[in-house]
Amino acid sequence: MAKYEYKEMKDTRSGFGDGLLEAGKRNPNVVALCADLTGSLKMDAFKDAFPDRFFQAGIAEANMMGVAAGQTIGGKIPFTGTFANFSTGRVYDQIRQSIAYSGKNVKICASHAGLTLGEDGATHQILEDIGLMKMLPGMVVINPCDYNQTKAATIAIAEYDGPVYLRFGRPKWPVFTEENEKFEIGKAKIFQEGTDVTIISTGHCVWESLKSAEKLEEKGVSVEVINIHTIKPLDEKAILQSVRKTGRVVTAEEHQMNGGLGDSVAQLLARNYPVPMEMIAVDDKFGESGKPEELFAKYGLGESNITAAALKVLKR
Amino acid sequence: MTNINQLISTSSQIRRDILRMVHGASSGHPGGSLGCADFLTALYFSVLNHRKDFNMDGTNEDLFFLSNGHISPVWYSALARSGYFDISELATFRKINSRLQGHPTTHENLPGVRVASGSLGQGLSVALGAALTKKLNNDQSLIYTLHGDGELQEGQIWEAAMFAAHQKIDNIISTVDCNNRQIDGDVEDVLSLGNLGAKFEAFGWKVLPMDGHDMENILETLAKAKSETGKGIPIVILMKTEMGQGVDFMMGTHKWHGVAPSDEQLENALSQLEETLGDY
Repeated sequence: MAKYEYKEMKDTRSGFGDGLLEAGKRNPNVVALCADLTGSLKMDAFKDAFPDRFFQAGIAEANMMGVAAGQTIGGKIPFTGTFANFSTGRVYDQIRQSIAYSGKNVKICASHAGLTLGEDGATHQILEDIGLMKMLPGMVVINPCDYNQTKAATIAIAEYDGPVYLRFGRPKWPVFTEENEKFEIGKAKIFQEGTDVTIISTGHCVWESLKSAEKLEEKGVSVEVINIHTIKPLDEKAILQSVRKTGRVVTAEEHQMNGGLGDSVAQLLARNYPVPMEMIAVDDKFGESGKPEELFAKYGLGESNITAAALKVLKR
Repeated sequence: MTNINQLISTSSQIRRDILRMVHGASSGHPGGSLGCADFLTALYFSVLNHRKDFNMDGTNEDLFFLSNGHISPVWYSALARSGYFDISELATFRKINSRLQGHPTTHENLPGVRVASGSLGQGLSVALGAALTKKLNNDQSLIYTLHGDGELQEGQIWEAAMFAAHQKIDNIISTVDCNNRQIDGDVEDVLSLGNLGAKFEAFGWKVLPMDGHDMENILETLAKAKSETGKGIPIVILMKTEMGQGVDFMMGTHKWHGVAPSDEQLENALSQLEETLGDY
């Protein structure tokens, strides 16, 4: 019997939509904006519950980011919603100047991130967004791993004062974290402890990492699995504590290797405790059309890739 | 209403501040700053219902957003002279460890500034957001903005213009500094705006003309604009100005957009502007 099982498959964007509704119920200052993707972002429930607090921005993302920045003046907590590509790369300067540098309490909520967007192809499959956002001083960057964690993260960021980038995805994906588990920004979640190798992963790759841990244990390898949902600020303490024990690291993420979670972990370890490390990520390539699972296989982000990387790092 | 002569006298001092700040920093943007000195004087010393004890939320007070952040000298002077911070701080403009950055920012907690600006075209969107929040908060005060005419070449301005009309944001009075100058030359030659009034009208805005160097006309136009708020339509004032206004050798050219005067040029310029409130 498998160690890790899931009861259902749900999309993380629905976790965002349900979390947004809850955040809106808890705090009347929560407002939401969307750039013509209300259905895709699952923001309809919020829109229906709070029509006066929902703002349709149209296909004009630059303006939407600026409006959100301005809405904070007077105490609102704006959540912007569009695809990850249009939430970051398209509006980078607006985020940089009007939100990050200006220290505005805007929650940039980005769906359809990464390869698992699928059939729409590389124009929409942004794999650079974590890097873009984590480079901005003061920006919090979060990439939850399943529906429950995304919902909890959405509620948690409404209570945090400052700019946040929340990244989630399109496909239905296993739901394997506890319902109503408290989400702590910047706090790593340790799924299992082990002594031979630490697998550190984020987003959709966390499920792949857990499956990989099962495979590795069948081969007699003791694996520690850490879920870093908050890429910035990074839970340096949890990572260093684990790596001092195992001495071997594999990172896994649905993002470019340049600028992603692995890059942050490598920086931390290089400066504090250098050990052999392998990085599962997209290696300087654009994506393409296909089914999520096909793309994970072709671009090397799945369980078998993580398992192979762990076996490799154990030999180094 | 504030005495017109008093405002004119204040604007002369603000022009002196601008020149001395830019000269002191050996960099900055005197041309557009001088051109907008009368407008910002009217705004800060007569029109705005604002508090001097600055707080970011600005509840129940009028808010001003400078979208063309490069004319920071005129704004800093107007803020200091109207009591937001000590005028002695104007001497730190563009220097290390100063709150008076080359382009305005909230990052150093300078009173009066509510968002960073400098990268052009972003201020209108931010101001519209603040206007929406005022509506949600049942706050009857108004939002004012200033933009350069060259700045209107940025696409985001037109996204914002569309959004404002669609959302019926009628608690905003935007002003465009129409000096027809930008860094590379005349706006007309660099990238023409065409019939700007007709463009704004087509986007659903109420358009008012204004002479940016006639203090009486500025006050009348701003009063008229205020009377037009609350009617479901955003308002824009097309303000005709001369870049470098008040200093003869800086007028009639785009060359003083972003150049500091030499010692001799400063002396010449200051001799044309009366010191009315005492230099900082």
